[in-house]
Amino acid sequence: MSAPLIEMRGITKSFGAVKANEAVDLAVAPGEILGLLGENGAGKTTLMNVLFGAYAPDAGEILVGGRPVAIHNSADALAAGIGMVHQHFHLAPRLTVLENLLIGIPGKSGRIDRAGGLARLKEIGRQHGLSLDPDLPVSALSVGEQQRLEIIKALFRGAKLLILDEPTAVLAPSEVDGLFAALRSMAAQGLGIIFISHKLNEVRALTHRCVVLRHGKVAGRVDHPAGTTSAEMAKLMCGHEIVPPAKGESTPGASVLTLDGISTSGHAGTTLREVSLFVRSGEILGIAGVSGNGQRALADVISGMLSPDTGTMTIAGKAVAQFSPRELQALGLGRIPEDRMTTGLVTNLPLADSMVLPRIGTEAFSRKGLLNPAAIRAFAEAQIKAYDIRCPGPMVRAGALSGGNLQKALLARELAFDPKVLIVSQPTRGLDIGAARFIHEKFMVMRGKGCGIIVISEDLEEMLMLSDRIAVMYEGRIAGTLFGADATVARLGLMMTGAEGRS
Amino acid sequence: MSAVFEQIFQVGFLAAIIRIATPLAFATLGEMFSERAGVLNLGIEGIMLLSAMAGFTAASLSGSLWLGVLVAVLVGALMGALHALFTVALGLSQHVCGIGVTLFCSGLAYFLYRLIFGQQSVPPSIKGFQPVPIPLLSDIPILGPAVFNQFTLVYLAIIAIPLAAFVLYRTPWGLSVRMVGENPRAADSAGVSVIATRFQAVILGGALMGLAGAFLTMAQFNAFTFGVVSGRGWVAIALVVFGRWDPWRSAGAALLFAFVDALQLRMQASGLGHIPYEAFLMLPFIFTIVAMAFMSRNAVAPSALLKPFRREER
Repeated sequence: MSAPLIEMRGITKSFGAVKANEAVDLAVAPGEILGLLGENGAGKTTLMNVLFGAYAPDAGEILVGGRPVAIHNSADALAAGIGMVHQHFHLAPRLTVLENLLIGIPGKSGRIDRAGGLARLKEIGRQHGLSLDPDLPVSALSVGEQQRLEIIKALFRGAKLLILDEPTAVLAPSEVDGLFAALRSMAAQGLGIIFISHKLNEVRALTHRCVVLRHGKVAGRVDHPAGTTSAEMAKLMCGHEIVPPAKGESTPGASVLTLDGISTSGHAGTTLREVSLFVRSGEILGIAGVSGNGQRALADVISGMLSPDTGTMTIAGKAVAQFSPRELQALGLGRIPEDRMTTGLVTNLPLADSMVLPRIGTEAFSRKGLLNPAAIRAFAEAQIKAYDIRCPGPMVRAGALSGGNLQKALLARELAFDPKVLIVSQPTRGLDIGAARFIHEKFMVMRGKGCGIIVISEDLEEMLMLSDRIAVMYEGRIAGTLFGADATVARLGLMMTGAEGRS
Repeated sequence: MSAVFEQIFQVGFLAAIIRIATPLAFATLGEMFSERAGVLNLGIEGIMLLSAMAGFTAASLSGSLWLGVLVAVLVGALMGALHALFTVALGLSQHVCGIGVTLFCSGLAYFLYRLIFGQQSVPPSIKGFQPVPIPLLSDIPILGPAVFNQFTLVYLAIIAIPLAAFVLYRTPWGLSVRMVGENPRAADSAGVSVIATRFQAVILGGALMGLAGAFLTMAQFNAFTFGVVSGRGWVAIALVVFGRWDPWRSAGAALLFAFVDALQLRMQASGLGHIPYEAFLMLPFIFTIVAMAFMSRNAVAPSALLKPFRREER
């Protein structure tokens, strides 16, 4: 191995009593793709924030090209040749591609150096096969293109080491291949890459070496990820074996939710065109598709937040007359929204309040128009216990919980009332293996009890594992439906791009 | 009716529009710079008043109008810095601090004015700026006397509009301003100081508001009264929205407002005397509300407007 490009030695960083990183050593050589693996809260992001100058480490040093350097802010990191692609893109949507690239770059005789910027952009395009229209506003780019812009931005500033924080979380399978090809080409040209992920198959496919973090410490190093099984790596990550939930036999009963010819308009994003589908009791229907092909509108219609222009919907045999969340809930619908923090719960209120919010006016939690705090608290406490929601108590601010615990709370809130139909969007996005496993298990239990579940997800592995049938959405339509047994990642991938349809 | 129109659209009408538009243009550009960087400055009304007072006082005590303008600009910039201190450095509510700055500046202006000039039955006045005709250009029929026989400050406003557009769209600093107003985290990760950029934009905005105040007491009225600003600052805030945070459009909005204002002044003086004059006074404001109702639907404010930036927050 050649001399490391960047080396971190004995990095320790504490937040109060919590040690987010403890004596972490890590090195990346030129041309190497290093995987950084770990569950949520294992300290991956903290470590990278130390490297990128957002946090000052309590102990340890960072060496660039063999010399110790002090990195106090992102400007220092950029000067040291470290570029970072954050999980949440740092782009201004209303500015153009070129403007986003030129920010912070000194101009030429007091003006923005447009010509120089264009030349550099072209050069990066030629070198790494990454190109974008420079005058397009960022808001017009797809998520994959925005990520490409973030990578270009780092290269634009002369990054020799590129850090990518969970880059595939937002991509469709076809886009992932493109990203990997670009990363391999960059590594081949001598760049160092740190690839952060908790998706084991990706780490195995892409990286040359990987470091596994657990509770802030290095739990293990894998020198040949491709030759190591996912199970071994998962064990390093979690400290124990992970078995996928058993998918018990289930005979689907009558249809509990039917959509017939639903079309929408006036919704931000893709509208639905003549969507018909059904879910039977005891069945899990997966909705696959590249993000932005109408999944959000579908979820909004089914949860009563958007009224369709045409078409009908029936829940448990009853036609839906009025599309409102309350109405549908009364008919037996449970929903777990995509965005836990904005449409799921109220982050500034106590957890207990958020847990009863959809049923705040019902008998269970209020009497004669007044809230029943004791009942609310008792309900929250019972659910916290039943679902092992890790929190200081029911009165803690909901926003203070981790993603996994929030998702458990939302699940508890809906399942406590035995819904006939459950609609879930991106159930495990951003969750670690343990929490995801818990959520999946609960779905299986509900399926066994005869609940019809619709899972909208961009995670195809999850989709294949859970679903009895999978419907693929493309440009606001159902492009085709497959039985779980017939579905493969490749097949779904094709259908998701509109290349193949089948019912 | 045609007689009424004749009286309204006489020679001086165009000149009046330009004169009314000038302080609004300065104020609107000032507010626009501040808001493009993500800082709403509700202190504008008070900053204009205090600058108008300070400029007038300096001019009347020293006898130099340009010294007065300089003082007004400096006072405006200083008050901009005060607003930035609260909202950018300390990250406090932009609404609350802006109104606080307006109240503080207004109170201070009244207080100092009384302290310096005492209570007089007729407010003291100065000999303000005189129109400076531009050779050749001022000979153009109609347009010449209206646009090219004006105060130097009017010419300055006319230059300020393309200059503001150039600075905002063509310079690295302007790009930084737009970036910190859209996504401060992106600017921060690119090595741009969000705090410094916002400070600079709000201070520049304050200086422009100071110019607007200077124009009122040293070119338009040549005296300071407590009602000298009379809502022009608030109007500027609306004009920024109307102008969709763009220098050209904002200046255009100022011109449009000035047109309606000049129109109502003429209508007051015309043969429509049986209508109470207050009805005419309302016109420009009704126009603003109606225009806002239609225009602000498509207007998209800078994404980070009103949001303080703190680095540690994730």
